[in-house]
This record gives sequence, structure tokens and C-alpha cells, in this order.
Amino acid sequence: MQAFDLFAILPELVLLVVTCVLLVASVYVRERQPAKAGVEQDIFHTPRGVGFVYFFTMILLVYLAIVFASRISDVSLVAMNGLFQSDPFSNLLKACSCGAVLISLIYSKQYLIDRGMFRPDFIVLSLLALLGQLVLISGSNLLTLYLGLELMALPTYALVAMRHNSEKSVEAAIKYFILGALASGFLLYGMSMLYGVTGSLDLIEIFKTVADPRVNHLVMAFGLVFIVAGLAFKLGVVPFHMWVPDVYQGAPTAVTLMIAAAPKIAAFGLLFRLLVNTLLPLLGDWQPMLVLLSILSLVVGNVTAIAQTNVKRMLAYSAIAQMGFVMLGMLSVFDDHAFSASTYYVITYALTTLGSFGLLMLLSRKGYDCETLDGLKGLNKKHPWFAFIGLVMMFSLAGIPPTVGFAAKLSVLEALVDAQHTFIAIIAVIASLIGAFYYLRVVKVMYFDEPLHETTVSGSTFAKGLLSLNCILVLVLGIFPGGLMATCLDAMRRTLLGS
Amino acid sequence: MILSFAIWIPIFFGLIILFYGSEHPNAGVRWLALIGSIIGFIATLPLILQFDIANPGMQFVQNIPWIPRYDINYHLGVDGISVWFIVLTAFINIFVVIAAWEVIDKKVSQYMASFLILSGLMIGVFAALDALLFYVFFEATLIPMYIIIGVWGGHNRIYAAFKFFLYTLLGSLLTLIAMLYLYNATNTFDILTWQKAPLDIVEQVLIFFAFFMAFAVKVPMWPLHTWLPDVHVEAPTGGSVVLAAIMLKLGAYGFLRFSLPIAPDASQYLGPFIIFLSLVAVIYVGTVALVQKDMKKLVAYSSVAHMGFVTLGFFLFSPLGVEGGIVQMISHGFVSGAMFLSIGVLYDRMHTRQIADYGGVVHKMPAFTAFAVLMAMANCGLPATSGFVGEFMVILAAVDYDFLIGILSATALILGAAYSLWMVKRVFFGAIHNKHVEELKDLNAREYFMMAVLTICVLGMGVYPKPFTDIIHPAVINLLQHVAVSKI
Repeated sequence: MQAFDLFAILPELVLLVVTCVLLVASVYVRERQPAKAGVEQDIFHTPRGVGFVYFFTMILLVYLAIVFASRISDVSLVAMNGLFQSDPFSNLLKACSCGAVLISLIYSKQYLIDRGMFRPDFIVLSLLALLGQLVLISGSNLLTLYLGLELMALPTYALVAMRHNSEKSVEAAIKYFILGALASGFLLYGMSMLYGVTGSLDLIEIFKTVADPRVNHLVMAFGLVFIVAGLAFKLGVVPFHMWVPDVYQGAPTAVTLMIAAAPKIAAFGLLFRLLVNTLLPLLGDWQPMLVLLSILSLVVGNVTAIAQTNVKRMLAYSAIAQMGFVMLGMLSVFDDHAFSASTYYVITYALTTLGSFGLLMLLSRKGYDCETLDGLKGLNKKHPWFAFIGLVMMFSLAGIPPTVGFAAKLSVLEALVDAQHTFIAIIAVIASLIGAFYYLRVVKVMYFDEPLHETTVSGSTFAKGLLSLNCILVLVLGIFPGGLMATCLDAMRRTLLGS
Repeated sequence: MILSFAIWIPIFFGLIILFYGSEHPNAGVRWLALIGSIIGFIATLPLILQFDIANPGMQFVQNIPWIPRYDINYHLGVDGISVWFIVLTAFINIFVVIAAWEVIDKKVSQYMASFLILSGLMIGVFAALDALLFYVFFEATLIPMYIIIGVWGGHNRIYAAFKFFLYTLLGSLLTLIAMLYLYNATNTFDILTWQKAPLDIVEQVLIFFAFFMAFAVKVPMWPLHTWLPDVHVEAPTGGSVVLAAIMLKLGAYGFLRFSLPIAPDASQYLGPFIIFLSLVAVIYVGTVALVQKDMKKLVAYSSVAHMGFVTLGFFLFSPLGVEGGIVQMISHGFVSGAMFLSIGVLYDRMHTRQIADYGGVVHKMPAFTAFAVLMAMANCGLPATSGFVGEFMVILAAVDYDFLIGILSATALILGAAYSLWMVKRVFFGAIHNKHVEELKDLNAREYFMMAVLTICVLGMGVYPKPFTDIIHPAVINLLQHVAVSKI
């Protein structure tokens, strides 16, 4: 046990402090501006001073992303008496999480302004959720993990409910809250069983005890089932996926993006912490569970997505299927490049998701949410570049080269074949063939159909430029996937060898 | 480096056109595309001029690491089997650009860019010596083709685009699994290493079928051919030309590069099965072609029949058969390209492809009729045209292999003559009974040029095929020597 190590936890502390300061500062941000003669006032007018909060948030997030990225190659550190660890794996995921939140905020600015939601509380809640994610990814104690999980989830519930005059949003928020609480309960129950058997909350201690043949395996396996179920809820895989489509569709697109990108990375971090860092000796128990969950996700997600006409809902089912792929990557054999395929997959998936929802947000405008297939019709006629971005994102989700989605699918399939799961790999590719159909349909409406009504691209030049960069990154990482793959592999290897 | 230029010059021009064209619609995009395709073609010429005939191995090799994590390399190289297809791809691309000159007026820059990028990708497929590089190029060709069919196609274009994409994807995904399996067995994606890797017969058969799915769909072999007529009918002229002239060859090329050398015992073992499928394609699909009412559909079915000849030649395992198959592929590239261009010429004027709507075209378009009839003759394998050379070699090899198979395959010549000539009779000759045919104008300079150059190619290759067979021969001998050695 090491003493309190400020260095390891410094970025999180900075985030916490700045978030609190911004929270206090935002109290002084006036909710409404005084009415000026002759100027019509919105009920939800963008308060003055929010730009200030936004600006500081940007700087903070850039700082955090850089700090975490620079720490990827550092050695593992443990802080706060083993409650918190900073290892290459966690720094990699945290850098990606911060980047994802940063990009989400930039994409959603205009969208939020148009809907009167560009308020300090949105930003502060996002930051708190991010703090939860960081704690979650770095937790090395069951309590820290649970704390991070709740800190991630609670602000997200509030975010979903932010459009409080929309029935759908409120319904989605309640659904999300209840199911999320249930999942937390599952997870907690599973953790309590682990604690009961091993007598410790520390992940490393549990890891050591689990391997002991004298431990009651039955209770252990029972706890494992609950933990896997809780994780499945958080990742949104079948049969614990029911909340995903409703929440994705019901939440404002900006919030959907907040839920769809960064939390997936964090949820994967949790999966890794619990199943690999802690319960690796039970590999033979949890891998069959994941096989079932992931195959169900792939089939149900991809087949159900075909029937959707709402793009957000379709992307939700697509997310279910994609998470199935992430779980498949966990079936790899435990050697010196174990699980790096999943890490790579979840990071690149977050990148693609950012682009897809970012595009939807840029195509929305005041009083109009672009979320049906009809809204995308004929995009190529007026805005060929944005249609191209959509095309790249869809082909990446479908896993067609030369996009990054292909490289990700390749690494997961390779891990599967390597682990003698060739038959599962065949099921996975057939499921992605089904999936290709609905991604192709999005390309079809953008390219082959005539526009139904005028399409506009809102958003600042900066957001558009960033979206273009996002698209180019998806292509470039697809053509040169080696660098990121090596980073994931290296981080994973050093993390596993370190623990 | 030459191969890299051949791949990336068209793609580079395509990207420039894509970005330039969205700002400046129509202005100079056509010229830029033409220049790009011509430079791309010139870049491939050194491959033939500097080709070392004595060397049966890989030439113009370039090998740099690409994805070190899986030991995937950007490994390019050509041998006698692939080199002609690279030149052919770049060559046909010029005609696609010219054929679209006045015809395409919607989203010209995207049209031209799609074809240029597509041609670069297809050259990549022929040049790749790393299986994953091959796969990336092979799959990436789907994207531009999907857009081409869907945006510039006919009435039922969306159905055709989806059918094309999903059919091809199904096959290639199974191939990906086979590639990963081989990677796992050998720890490399290098095709040449795979060719030497020992595999037992069960593995070989499974791998053979996984590759078969991708390549047989692409060729396409009976009974996986049903997508081709639908796609041909809906695709724009350029799309049909590229599809028939080059894209189908990707599948046949895959058999030579992957199936035969990697799973030689399975290939020998399953050879009769493939020969059976090929003969069905030749005879049954040839008969189906006979009764088509749509010209494009007729030529599409005739393509399936001709490609049946190619696979038949490959699985006879004799130098004559394999070489004949390759020559047939090259020849079919010229002939089918020219036939789809001819149909395009008629369609641009009449906006119909129904054979019944024509008749007596010769009275109004004598020059065009001369070219088109020659191409129809080449299609049915008239001596002194390129179509004859390949078919004759394959039939000789087939007779040598089994007399019955020889006779059955020779019926292709009769069937080919029947459907080609019957179509010629109904479209070009006879009395004019449609008033629109009265108003037809003969070829303009652009169309005249295209038909004339292709005619020279078809006749040249038919009269003097030696430059082709000389280059192909050593590589084929090398391949067959390899296939003859068991890997079990």
C-alpha cells in the first residue's frame, strides 16, 4: 500500500475543483436577460456568461485529454490506499473519454443554443458525469468502482430529463433511471457476494483470493452472474438492452451523444476492471456468459435495427450490436495481446458514434430535429461533403474497408479465430452482413433519394471543421490502423503485466 | 513503385475531382478525369514494357510494413497472371470516362471520381500480395460501385445496388474468416507464404469453400450469378462496362491467386464439381441468354456463360486450359466492354434496351452496325477475333481432359453464335418498324473513336495473341507445378 499519491489523482482533482467552481459561478449567470424593447424574448434564452463557463470547460477538457494521453506510457501508480489506480489502460481510456466529451460539447453547442438548453447546468452535469467515468475507469476497489458508476449515471439521468417539456424525454429519463438503478443493484449484489467470499473490497486482494481453491466456487459464480448482468445493463447488451433505444431516441440528440460515446468507454473500463483485473481466474465461467450475451446482441441488435425509421433509434440498436462485438473481443485467449482488440474496438466505435450523432446535430436546426431517415433524404444534392461524412460513418459502422470500423472488426475477429471460436466468428460476420443492410439504407437515402424538404447545416465553422476532421480521422485510422492498435496493445500489455 | 503509382494516381485524381468538382460543377471536371485516366494508363505501361518474361515469380515488388500488430504488409507485385489485368483496368477506365462525356449530366464530378477511385482500387486487388491488402481493396471496390449503381442507375437501381453490395459482402466476409484462419496457422498474411503452408485435406476443403463463396459470387458462377443480370440492367453504361470488363475478373483472379495454390489438393478433389458448375453456366445460362428481351440482360447472361468458360479452363489443371482461361478473361474485358458501350450508344439515342423496339438500325447507323456486328462475332468466338483464342484453347484442353466435357464446352460456341447473331439480326437488320429508329444518327467522333480502338484491340489480340500468351505462360507453368505438389 502506498501513501496518498497526489500526482496519480491530480487530473481528477482538477476536474472536481473546476467543476465545483463552475457550478458556483453558474449561480451568478442570470437565467434571463432583461427584456429589451422591440426584441422578442425566448422563454429559454441563452444566458449571458454561459459562454464563459463553456470556454473554461473547453480549456479544462483539452488539458485533461493531454494529461491523460501523455501518461499512457507511464508506469502504473496506486493512490489513496489502493482505492485508485492510474495505469496505462486507464489513462488511454480516460484520454479518450475526455476527448469524447470535448467533441460532444463542441458538436452540440449550436443544437443546445437553438433549444434553449445551452445553460451552465448542462455543462456542469456533463463534467460531473465525466468525473464519474474517470473514477470508474481508475477504480481499484469495489467501492470506488461503484462510486464512479453512480457519479457517471446520476448526472446522465438528469441530462436526459433536461428537455422537461417533452414527454418523450421525461419518459426516457424515468426508464433510464429505474433500469439504471436496477442494474446498479445487480452489480452491488454481485459485489457483496464477492466480498462475502473473499472478505475484501480491494480488486487485487480479491484477485489473489479467487484463485485459491478453498474459496466457495458456487457463491463466486453466483456473484459473477449478477456482476455480468449489471455490466450488461450498463453496456446495453441483449437481454438487458431495453432502455437503450428509448433513451437514445427520447433524449435530445446532444444528450444522446453524451450517453452514446464516452460512457461506453467507461462501461468497458468497468467490464475490464471487474472481469479481467479481478475475476480473471474465473475466465472459464464468464466467457461462456459473454458468448451468449454477445451473440444475442449481434442478432437482436442488427435484426431489429432494420425495422427502424428513426435514425437515432436505429443507431441505438446498432450500438447494441456493436457492444456485442466489444464483448466478443473479451473471448480472446489470455496471452500477451489479450483484450486489446476490445479496447481498440470501443475507442474506434466511440469515434464513429461521435461523427454519426454529430452529423445529425448539425443537420438539425431551430425547431427541427433531424432524426428520421426522411430528414436525411437527398443530402448529397445540397451538401455533398456532409453526405460524404455520413457515408464514411455508416461504412465504418458496417465495417467496410478502408474505414476504421473494418480494422476494429478485423482485430476482434482475429482474436476470436485465435481462440478457436471460428464458428462464433462466422455468426458474427453473418450478423454484420445483416447490419450492413441498414447502414446501406442510410447511405441510400442520402445519395439516391430526392430531398423531401430543404436541408440546412447549422453549427459553427469550428464544429463543422471538427466533424470533417472526425470523418478524416475515421478514414485515416482505417488506412493506417497500426499506430492506435499498437498503443492499445502496449497499454493493455503493460497493465496486465503490472497487476 | 510503378505499381503504387498505378494504384494511387487514379485515386489521387479521383479525390481531386471530388473536392474540386463540388465547388466548380462541370467546369473542366471531364477533362481532368480524362487526363487522370490517361496518366493512370501510361503509368501501367512500364509493367508490360519492362516485364521480364523469363522470370516466373513476382516482379516490381514493393514491400513495406503496414500494420505491424498483425504483420500485415503493403506488399505489391505482379506476375504473368496479374500484369495484363492491371493494364486492362487502366485501359478500360479511359473508355468509361469518354463514354460518360455528354451522357452524364448529374453530379459529374462524383461520377468521374467514383470511377477513377474504383479503377485504382481494382488495380490494387490485382497487385496485392498480402491477403489483407487484397481484401481491403476487394471490399473497398464495393463502395464506389454501390454509389455508381444507386445514383446514376435505372428505375430499379436501389434494389440492384443493395443486391450487388450484400451478395458480394456475404461471400467476402466468409473469406475474411478463412484468411484469419490461415493467419492463425502461419502467423502472416503473406499470400506467397500461404501458398507453401501445409494444410490437411479438411482444412483445405473448408478454406476452398470459404474462398469459393467470395470468388464464385464475383465471377459469378452458376447458381450464384443471379445478381449480375439485375445489376447490369440497372447500372449506367460505365458501370456495366467496368463490371463486365474488370470486376468479374477479380473473382476469377482470386481462384488463381488463392484457391488453386493455397488449397491445391482440395482444388484437385473438387475440380470436377467446379467443372460441372462451369458447364452448367456455359450451357444452361447460354440458353437463358437466348430468350432475353433486354439487350443488357442478354449480354449479362452471356458474360456469365463466358466466365463459365474461364473457370472451366482453370480447373482442368493443364497449361492450355489455365492460359486459355486467362486469355478469355482479357478478351472478354475488351469484348464485353465494347458490347456494353454499343448498348449505351443505342440507349442514349432511344432510351430503351428492349430488342423488340429496334430493327433495321443498319439503315440509319451503318458505321455503328459494322462495329457492333464485329463485337457480336467476337462474343461468339469467331476466328481472328480475340474471343476465339481463349475459347479454342479451353476447348482443346477440355477435349484432352475428357472428350465429353470437350463436346459439352464446345456447344458454347454454338449457343454463343445463336444468341449473339439472333440479337444482331433483330436489332440491326430487317425493316425499320419503329419511327424512332428512323431518326437515329450514326456515331459521333467520340463514339467512333471508342469503338475503333476497341476493335483494334479485339482484332489485334485475335490475330496475334503471342504477346499475351508469352507473358502468361511462365507464370501458369509455375502455378501448375505448384498445384501438382500435394500439401497434405
